[in-house]
Amino acid sequence: MGAGEPGDRERAVAEEGSKNQTVENTLKAGPGTLLGADELILNMGPQHPSTHGVLRVKLKLDGERVAGSECVIGYLHRGVEKIAEHRTYQQFGPYVDRMDYVAAVSNGLGYCEAVEKLLGVEAPPRAKVIRTILTELQRIASHLLWLGTHALDIGALTPLFYCLREREEILKIFEKYCGARLTTHAFRIGGLQYDAYDTLEKDTERFCNDFHRRIAEYEELLTGNRIWIARTQGVGILSAEDAIAMGVTGPVLRASGVQWDIRKAMPYAAYDQYEFDVPVGKTGDTYDRYLVRMEEMRQSVRICMQAIQNIPAGPILGKVGKVMKPPVGEVYHAIEAPKGELGYYIVSDGTVQPYRVRIRPPSFVNLQAFDKMVRGHLVADVVAIIGTLDIVLGEVDR
Amino acid sequence: MADDPKEQQPPPLGSAGEKPAAPGAAPAPPKPVAPPVPKAPPVGPAPLDNDLVKRYRARFGAAIREAVEDRKQAILVVEREHLAEIARYTHDEEKFNLLSDLTAVDWPKREKRFDVVLNLYSFTHNARLRLKVQAGAGESVTSVSGVWPTANWLEREVYDMFGIEFAGHPNLQRILLPEEWQGFPLRKDYDILTQDQAWVRENLGIESGQ
Repeated sequence: MGAGEPGDRERAVAEEGSKNQTVENTLKAGPGTLLGADELILNMGPQHPSTHGVLRVKLKLDGERVAGSECVIGYLHRGVEKIAEHRTYQQFGPYVDRMDYVAAVSNGLGYCEAVEKLLGVEAPPRAKVIRTILTELQRIASHLLWLGTHALDIGALTPLFYCLREREEILKIFEKYCGARLTTHAFRIGGLQYDAYDTLEKDTERFCNDFHRRIAEYEELLTGNRIWIARTQGVGILSAEDAIAMGVTGPVLRASGVQWDIRKAMPYAAYDQYEFDVPVGKTGDTYDRYLVRMEEMRQSVRICMQAIQNIPAGPILGKVGKVMKPPVGEVYHAIEAPKGELGYYIVSDGTVQPYRVRIRPPSFVNLQAFDKMVRGHLVADVVAIIGTLDIVLGEVDR
Repeated sequence: MADDPKEQQPPPLGSAGEKPAAPGAAPAPPKPVAPPVPKAPPVGPAPLDNDLVKRYRARFGAAIREAVEDRKQAILVVEREHLAEIARYTHDEEKFNLLSDLTAVDWPKREKRFDVVLNLYSFTHNARLRLKVQAGAGESVTSVSGVWPTANWLEREVYDMFGIEFAGHPNLQRILLPEEWQGFPLRKDYDILTQDQAWVRENLGIESGQ
């Protein structure tokens, strides 16, 4: 940029000025959001690496402190619920994998079980156990990706490499099972399409045995780390009352001290057969959410180890017809996805296509608590709070 | 159709009698399913439903239009005008303090075309309840965001997708779609092809993208 002509910076400032006005106007809506003399609007995203996708956040800053925020979402909206009304029940199966694309197996489990409830059928025991194993592995994989990126956002580079290394092992199991690694479409309505491959138990066991040691490694890097503690303790505190009022679920709710896990409260798949604990936090800060998710991974390992001991023999697909026409009616079925309560509300009009499919996305609802958590914190904490919510924009926007 | 299952009186064994067509198909498969009872036992739903519904009827009378059980899930259809106090009562007295989901369903042929559906959960009772409100085109529904703050975004999404207005909502704007978007995509009369063709005509100068 030669001297004399307006540099990028000036131009950006000039454009920013005009943009600020519109931003200011939109923020006016809430009470007390008029800009004071020391306040500033900062736009973050949608192309920001720490927003884990395409989240745009408008931050109102008072110096370094966040005085208010507004999330702008919808960049990844694909109209999944509308698509569902134009597909048969089976055809819609693969679409749900593309919502929370880092936990596709969990999405598929929720959808299949919801339709099964609507049909009045149940998957055979063998299918349920295999579903449970794969879903718990998926939970570990999802939490690993969260841990790696969350630590990376806060400035710890190393855990990402370790986490992706272990996640790779899980994806390999998925690949061996169904041929796909990310958007797996692992389950079918009524059970499974593929039976467990020969060494599924052995692979899972090897992974689980190894993983105990690995979690200890991560904890060594982070749990007692002074920088990690300084960046996470007391950051983004969410009280239990607030969490419930905001509809927050999953690890975020449990870190606030509410011991509620749908796997325990309303068991589905084969969870009622296994012993596991539901970890809870005390203060509801970012550090507690970290501890809760770490413990959840250990519990997932526990469930997997119990499940592989005894996979019942028998069929893998229940009695469902090729043409599925659920009786007229409706059902709401929710599972404990890695991010929280993933619900499917399906209305049937007796035809082969669902009349309405509503997906209750945990990320969308959890993200709503962001504003509450971020107020009063430093700009640098914003990325920590986005990370700790563990949102996936594919699911927020659907 | 969610609106026509039988009246509330016998909810205990409810799931059996929906429509003449349904029972043949529906209750037959659950029979073999019955033995592994541990599956989904939300604290003996049938009698609880009964009491629950009685309490609601005693308190709100005709404002509770219907009480239905479908797939062992309790559904109350309530009058639109009384949603505010019923929501408050549901939250404060019946302790359904988690609003899991708020959404809508469009039935264009019905007199009141929209169902606004609230899926609630109670930590105290480990039970779910579904409240439904019917709203005609152009009728607004009272916002419940004062009772369950989580309704804020959920109602915005319903407004965005169905065009249902929520009276008393703090910030009723589109949330997922751009502000200048025309129409409400999840209405049944919103045709995806028409929109697609309008776009290619305008932007690519061709008749159809299909």
